Amino acid sequence: MPDLNIDYLLRLADNPLILGQRLSEWCGHAPVLEEDLALANTALDLIGQARLLLTHAGALEGNGRDEDQLAFLRSEREFRNCTLVELPNGDFARTVLRNFLFSAHQVPLWEGLLGSRDAQLAAIAAKSLKEVRYHLRHAADWVLRLGAGTEESHRRMQAALDYLWPYTTELFAGDAVEEAAAAAGIGLAGSSLQPRWDAAVLPVLQEAALSPPARTPFLSQGKLGVHSEHMGHLLAEMQTMQRAYPGAQW
Amino acid sequence: MLSAAQAWQVLARVPDPEIPVISVTELGIVRDVKAEGERLTVVVTPTYSGCPATEAIETAIRDALRQAGAGEIHIETRLAPPWTTDWLDPRAAEKLREYGIAPPGAAAAVHSVRIVPRLPACPRCGSHDTERLSEFGATACKALYRCGACREPFEHFKPI
Repeated sequence: MPDLNIDYLLRLADNPLILGQRLSEWCGHAPVLEEDLALANTALDLIGQARLLLTHAGALEGNGRDEDQLAFLRSEREFRNCTLVELPNGDFARTVLRNFLFSAHQVPLWEGLLGSRDAQLAAIAAKSLKEVRYHLRHAADWVLRLGAGTEESHRRMQAALDYLWPYTTELFAGDAVEEAAAAAGIGLAGSSLQPRWDAAVLPVLQEAALSPPARTPFLSQGKLGVHSEHMGHLLAEMQTMQRAYPGAQW
Repeated sequence: MLSAAQAWQVLARVPDPEIPVISVTELGIVRDVKAEGERLTVVVTPTYSGCPATEAIETAIRDALRQAGAGEIHIETRLAPPWTTDWLDPRAAEKLREYGIAPPGAAAAVHSVRIVPRLPACPRCGSHDTERLSEFGATACKALYRCGACREPFEHFKPI
């Protein structure tokens, strides 16, 4: 398998890994116990998906790297997650809105990958799909509840939407990596997911009385390895144990 | 040395670490057992990707089989088809209810964002007057509910 397809798998793996890391920051800090459990459970699902995908990428790469080496010993520029998932959590509104925007992308992605010619990837897709459908439902409930809630909750949701929206353009920006994966029957072009995403996201935003800002030419570059200033700090925390004690076993 | 049939009997007594009233075979995660001479292969399909009990279950399976006299034990993880609560043993539903957990019912394919799943009956008093408190519970496989009739909170094994 050529390197472009490893790169594609790393994109699939790094998105849930980095969002899982971000959501873990909420553990013990969520506004109510139920949501503390929800965010921790979502983080666990995402990290579980990332483990399967990283293990698979490492096996295909054939250089003997396992999930731990890929997660903990790559440098910032080697990560292929989109910028959206590495942004700071912000308040609870921004956290659940990001989960909503991201899950609405993962559902059609995993549905599409059920037909991947990479049998292991198709199996991971089937497993992940059940989980992200649940995440989407949970996040959509909150977008509705807060968007159409009090003046304060609406203000926070709209501010979160204004902040996050520009970063969603990257989810659908195609490039050589996705074209190669799509041509090989392994992956999907990001642009093919946009109609399904729009159909899931826009009606909920409308019902929640939230207005997305106009699209601009801004295009974040996380999946090309060019990250925001927040990524280094996230990795410093995520990787510190393996950097300080290489090969340490839990 | 154990035969496949003997190994199934051993596995039927290995409890799930989070819900010890049901065994790993009743949970439906043991998909196949193959015995070839000294070598015993147990095929396991994990429940949730992030379920922290997965590794504990593997250890428990290994320990139980070794104690029963198995030689070389291999645990193979099979992802496809993905685990569903429809694989729970029918007897497990009653055990879950007695333990205070509302069993899952058929895995309604929840494809839409807006479908509201049917409410489970209270495992204590049987009333259907229940409400969901949280989509997520103490483990990945459960959600939190409350009964309107007896006012007791309870957990529901989520159908997936």
